Amino acid sequence: MSFKLMDWIEQRLPLMDAMNKHVTQYPAPKNFNFFYVFGILAAVVLVNQLLTGVWLTMNYEPSGEGAFASVEYIMRDVDYGWLLRYMHSTGASAFFVVIYMHMFRGMMYGSYQKPRELLWLFGMLIFLVLMAEAFMGYLLPWGNMSYWGAQVIISIFGAIPIIGDDLTLWIRGDYVISGATLNRFFALHVIALPLVLVVLVFLHILALHEVGSNNPDGTNIKKPKGSVAPEELSKFAFHEQYTKKYDIVDAIPFHPYYTVKDLVAIVIFLIIFCGVMFFAPEGGGYFIEAPNFEPANGLKTPEHIAPVWYFGPFYTILRIIPDKLLGAVGMFGAIVALFMLPWFDRGVVKSIRYRCTAHTVNLVQFAICFIILGVLGTLPASPLNNMIGVVASFGYFGFFVAIWIYSKNEKTKPVPDRVTGK
Amino acid sequence: MSNAPVNNGRRRFLTAATSVVGGIGVVGVAVPFIGSWNPSARAKAAGAPVEVNVSKIEPGQLIRAEWRGKPVYVVRRTEEILSGLSAHDDQLKDPQSEVPQQPVYATNASRSIKPDLLVALGVCTHLGCAPTYRKGDFDQEVAGVKDGFYCPCHGSKFDMAGRVFQNVPAPTNLMVPEHSFPTEDTLLIGVSGGEA
Amino acid sequence: MKKFIIAVLAVLPMLALAAGPSIPLDSANNDLRDKASLKRGFEAFINNCLACHQLQYQRYNRTFADLGISDEDGLANYMYTGEKVGDHITNTMPAKDAAKWFGGAPPDLTLEARFRSPDWIYTYLRSFYVDENRPFGVNNKVFKDVGMPHVLQNLQGVKTIDEQGNLSEATGGSMTTEEYDNFVRDLTNFLEYTGEPNKLERESLGYWVIGFLFILLFFAYLLKKEYWRDVH
Repeated sequence: MSFKLMDWIEQRLPLMDAMNKHVTQYPAPKNFNFFYVFGILAAVVLVNQLLTGVWLTMNYEPSGEGAFASVEYIMRDVDYGWLLRYMHSTGASAFFVVIYMHMFRGMMYGSYQKPRELLWLFGMLIFLVLMAEAFMGYLLPWGNMSYWGAQVIISIFGAIPIIGDDLTLWIRGDYVISGATLNRFFALHVIALPLVLVVLVFLHILALHEVGSNNPDGTNIKKPKGSVAPEELSKFAFHEQYTKKYDIVDAIPFHPYYTVKDLVAIVIFLIIFCGVMFFAPEGGGYFIEAPNFEPANGLKTPEHIAPVWYFGPFYTILRIIPDKLLGAVGMFGAIVALFMLPWFDRGVVKSIRYRCTAHTVNLVQFAICFIILGVLGTLPASPLNNMIGVVASFGYFGFFVAIWIYSKNEKTKPVPDRVTGK
Repeated sequence: MSNAPVNNGRRRFLTAATSVVGGIGVVGVAVPFIGSWNPSARAKAAGAPVEVNVSKIEPGQLIRAEWRGKPVYVVRRTEEILSGLSAHDDQLKDPQSEVPQQPVYATNASRSIKPDLLVALGVCTHLGCAPTYRKGDFDQEVAGVKDGFYCPCHGSKFDMAGRVFQNVPAPTNLMVPEHSFPTEDTLLIGVSGGEA
Repeated sequence: MKKFIIAVLAVLPMLALAAGPSIPLDSANNDLRDKASLKRGFEAFINNCLACHQLQYQRYNRTFADLGISDEDGLANYMYTGEKVGDHITNTMPAKDAAKWFGGAPPDLTLEARFRSPDWIYTYLRSFYVDENRPFGVNNKVFKDVGMPHVLQNLQGVKTIDEQGNLSEATGGSMTTEEYDNFVRDLTNFLEYTGEPNKLERESLGYWVIGFLFILLFFAYLLKKEYWRDVH
């Protein structure tokens, strides 16, 4: 009976086939390491954000008069409301932690290089939408830092010549940030952007499965059909979509091998996540900033306006450039440069393991500069901080210039034909 | 799809064990999501017990109180009404109040703590309309019964103890909420005696 | 990779620097588990603060329940404002008049401990000193030119400030320094409680959840090892 029903469905919509193609018979390189868990962790956090977000909207009140009080209502009066809210607020920071690690993984192992450029672009779009989502979400508690953070970020658009002032007015829908701004941010935060985000994530995964997963060795696990001796082939069965065209080596089915491995990673992640959420939900003042425990007040600026930590790197680049327009250009440039990474890197060797020493140095200095920029973003501006910020910004942009130069005629180590299993 | 399972028994046990523990985890995660739908502290505060001064209610008079957003009828019944209650038992669906539509302490002939004071939700047990108090002319609906409640929506009829008559859509007697009398003249709706 | 980690570690102290407070604060050393202290703090709040400062997000009955006070006892002995035990802890001071009297409406204190930290409250309430240039004759070392008078002056007495900005011992109050410090500690404790009434519940739930996750980790790890024998 149930078999017949399954067949009936399968003939009309091949769900099981899709399941096989993408999960049980998807060939994943067998040498994924620690850095490869952050994709699935991002998915876990996304689900957490979607669920807790929906539940928060059940009691949240999107209005200038009611927003702050409704958050406290959730924190005090609603059963488990505090838990749902902390899951959401901690999840926001966790999202960026795992996304930044995920992106860094891609940079280390050249996962953005041909043929995965589109995959990288979808990922970058997700990152961009996520930043917009986080920014708009941060206004919703209507605390004083919400208010002034939004004030500062929206003012950045005022730097655009000619239309800038009208544009900021249009974004706010008022002469200052007000209930009108709150309501439109709420609509975008809870409906529009999550929809876009989910679609982009879907495309990201489709694009991944089309070209196949990269691996820490940067080798290709799909060999031309007929080029591999039968005993060298992967001993596992894969979907015919992959085996029809290629000989698959060094691969294992995503399920059950990576599902059980990812489960371990997810549980470890959840332990850390719960450690923060239950014992330090304010994240030392970085996840929920102290001034946000005071309601939004358009007449009283917090002593030191700092964006949430995950905007730190880009905010610092904005701040150290002593010109409003150029600062904004610099900040957006920093993101655009990441978008264009597949074209800045002219190399053919993917993994950091087999690239030149200059590349290792370059990538490490980039990571350090990124962290320094992030830390500076949460600190008050001072001449010393600005000087460090300038140096770090040079490091940030220098990464792209340098990789463009040395990747042309790069002296690389020989790339093994098969994964090394390290 | 794996081709070479090594130790099937162990594998099956670990899969089952992880699934069970993971399933408990999923149930645990569901708790806050489900729990948050319970009435909040605000709803509970708004639904807190309501105090009514009953000293000024004239014999035969009905006053309405509001408790948890619903009307509560408080009627001071006359001796005549009380003595007439048992006369039409044969026309009622549940004359002995066997369906628990009232607290135990109001499961008696007058369905009340004090015989003269009826305290009942003014919510028809059919579809939730508010029955009308028909004082003196209820015998137009039920011959021989002078006073009662008549629901204008679908014609359900209740007597002066809130008991439902036969052949009307309402299935049960009117609900008697938990209530108590902390003092002689105050009625507290929503809390039983001894707990207040 | 090692280089990377070392570099990250080198950057971390900067974070610690950023988190440090700019004014040295005394440690409040309060204990949210001490219900007697919370109760004293609650009483102190009602008697000394509530006339001007509200706790508009905190309900009386929630406070009673968390502090081990029965509703009848609370209604009779703790509720000078509000009618029902479910009401918020508010006062009836008109905000407009308050702004006129103090140069600004007295802030709501429900979240003060999360906004400024318990240590700040503890230090602030012990740092008033005589300053004849101010409307109420006092100033505060932690909150310069604060609009609030020293409401607890009868208890603490009067402090003066010297040229170096050091405060003297308080004189003329009805409490000794130690008594007053304890009094303020109780009040601070209570305000930390109102800032997040779920804090203790949150932490105790945390232990259970993390304990459970370790059990799940145990099985998940064994499962992973079992399956991966196919691969290795």
